[in-house]
Amino acid sequence: MGVIDSILEIILPFEFMNYEFMKNALIALVLIAPIFAILGTMIVNNKMAFFSDALGHSALTGIALGSLIGITNMNIGMIIFAIGFALLLNHVKNKTTYGADTIISVFSSIAIALGLAILAQTGNFNQYSSYLVGDILSISDLEILYVFIIAIVVIVFWYFSFNKLNLISINTTLAKSRGIKTRKIDNIFSILIAIVVMISIRWIGILLINSLLILPAASSRNIAKNMRWYHLYAVIFSLFSGIAGLITSYYFNIPTGPMIVIISGVIYFITLVVKGKIKGK
Amino acid sequence: MEKACGLHCTKINNIGVKIGNDVILKDVSIHIHCGELSVIIGRNGAGKTTLLKAILGEIDHTGDIVFTDQKDNITKKIKIGYVPQSINIERHMPTSVYDLFASSISNIPVFLKKDNKLYKEIKEHLKIFGADDLIDKSIGDLSGGELQRVLIAIATKPTPNLLILDEPVSGMDRNGIKDFYSIINKLKTEYDMSIILVSHDLDLARKYADKVILLDKEVIKEGTPDDVFKSLEFKNRFGELN
Repeated sequence: MGVIDSILEIILPFEFMNYEFMKNALIALVLIAPIFAILGTMIVNNKMAFFSDALGHSALTGIALGSLIGITNMNIGMIIFAIGFALLLNHVKNKTTYGADTIISVFSSIAIALGLAILAQTGNFNQYSSYLVGDILSISDLEILYVFIIAIVVIVFWYFSFNKLNLISINTTLAKSRGIKTRKIDNIFSILIAIVVMISIRWIGILLINSLLILPAASSRNIAKNMRWYHLYAVIFSLFSGIAGLITSYYFNIPTGPMIVIISGVIYFITLVVKGKIKGK
Repeated sequence: MEKACGLHCTKINNIGVKIGNDVILKDVSIHIHCGELSVIIGRNGAGKTTLLKAILGEIDHTGDIVFTDQKDNITKKIKIGYVPQSINIERHMPTSVYDLFASSISNIPVFLKKDNKLYKEIKEHLKIFGADDLIDKSIGDLSGGELQRVLIAIATKPTPNLLILDEPVSGMDRNGIKDFYSIINKLKTEYDMSIILVSHDLDLARKYADKVILLDKEVIKEGTPDDVFKSLEFKNRFGELN
């Protein structure tokens, strides 16, 4: 980390950069913000906001089950559970004729209730309540490494599969007619969202994680006219709110997660106004 | 591109679809030749869309689809072009016609810089359908007829052996429908492909089809438009057509 640290000190000659935890938080945000942004573009296009929200909630069940069977590494337990949860959601969604939002809501409620019940029963709730709002300042070097690896994986997947994903989101049968393995791509996408959400949830928080996936993309969608701008704006908004949120939270003594979401929210409403101006009604 | 020669034959053999215990389609066989427009008609719930999804391999089914070139009698893997009934769009959405088209025919990710060669290629193909000036527009901002032309352009690149269109004129005005059928006519005569069209509009089916297939879980009647429209089977389902 030595090299990165000295680069950061040169680019950002602020007082807070003297603190290791601020540096780590900044590195983690710079890595994960673009990933949230690009995954968000397709989550928003596919109207999957509810899906990613449910995944966040499933983290609680993952933590609870992990603590129950005594997995010491919370990340592994949560990730495995979330992947299973995501695939199950996908499967049920494909098999039923009910609205997907109803099914997802059922799963989401059960996940939260089960998680709370088990944690309360085993007396572990207080130990894990920090997962609800998260604590970005406590991120460790190992966790940054996880973030770095998953960021690479997402970018590689995006590069090779984005066109397919885009076509599936516009019309599944059309995608199928072009020889795309729609189920497979859809499942990989869901698994990646699950992993990204689980890796970031300890420092972003269950209650806030979905806004970071949705808001930058939703803001960008307001003003972008094609896929290139859609991605570019989303990444810029995500990075800006992440870094600005971290810095303001330091100076105003507000938790970082909520601060990032507030800034993202403000950007969203600004783009909404701009949209009215440039795109008409 | 090759003109229709009438020597390519697509055989859809014994397609059956079951969902749970419900039989949706039973033993559907359809043979079509290139240069032919076959229109599938049937009431709501007769299994028309299910048949298309089975042909495209989106749902599990029994039976198979065989494509033969009768010139040399070789069975080949069939290339199918598909024009959906509707697509998931919203006004002003950040997907341009180029983004949609390029996503369909290329692996160069559309979120990166526009590929100039690909852009020209797409524009040229859109031009055949009078849609080249739409290339940079958002697909959410196209009219029904414009979107139709774009979707047909996509489905015909590369030239498929079989072009499938699902209920494509719903929600279009008279001029739009006329344009649509003149495009189909052009494809039928100028290109070497068979066309299957699913339609609710019986008048149009009668006017333009070479062959009409009346579907109700199975093929009830097939033949020339007159044969089918005057048949007892047709009258039992739709009543007398003026």
